[in-house]
Amino acid sequence: MIPAPTGPVAVAALVARAMLLAGMLLCVFRVWRGPRTADRVVALDTIAYLTIGLCGLRAIEASDAAMLRPALPLALLAFLATVAFARYLEKRAVNR
Amino acid sequence: MMGWVIAALVLAGASLMLVASIGIVRLPDTITRLHAATKAGAVGLSLLMVAVSVELSGSAALEALLVSAFVLLTAPVAAHTIARAAYFVGVQLWEGTIRDDLWESGDIERTFQMEEHAFEEEERREQDRERKLDAEREAHTE
Repeated sequence: MIPAPTGPVAVAALVARAMLLAGMLLCVFRVWRGPRTADRVVALDTIAYLTIGLCGLRAIEASDAAMLRPALPLALLAFLATVAFARYLEKRAVNR
Repeated sequence: MMGWVIAALVLAGASLMLVASIGIVRLPDTITRLHAATKAGAVGLSLLMVAVSVELSGSAALEALLVSAFVLLTAPVAAHTIARAAYFVGVQLWEGTIRDDLWESGDIERTFQMEEHAFEEEERREQDRERKLDAEREAHTE
């Protein structure tokens, strides 16, 4: 049984988690439907940001710095993946 | 007191990220979707990370601030590269677009020259292939 949240931080974290998960669902919809690869890359980038946000929420709730460990690598990975995808798309367009 | 500050920051950040996701689904073309995702998303995430740094102390707070700074620095770069790629791939712009400065400035011609060059190279490759096929066919008939 999950204990009911007490205090403003716990309530805010709960609401924020619902928002982030809803946003993730919307992004998954865009990855699924996205007419072009660029749309999918943008949506995946945002999903990475939302995941970092969820890690931060957990760190706030548990007051635990260990939950923050994945945040920086995820941010780096999202950035590098987006740039690499962009370069790949551009090369493919020119070599068409 | 600190609790209310953290709660406000968390709610502001999460709602900005939700707005970014809604923009990704609702906006009409790739460039505008990118516009929603990169600004609202990056600022929302950095607000959340500021909330984390208020809650935690010491090196963990510094790490959270580092994540926030990193996201604020890299999101524009990533958005620029992906927008450039999307434009050159030939993503359809929204029919309500009123201005295309890159097209009007003439820089686009260089890209088209690059594409033309690639096209010529492909044609040459195809001719080579046909010549090779012809040679094979002749060898076969002999």
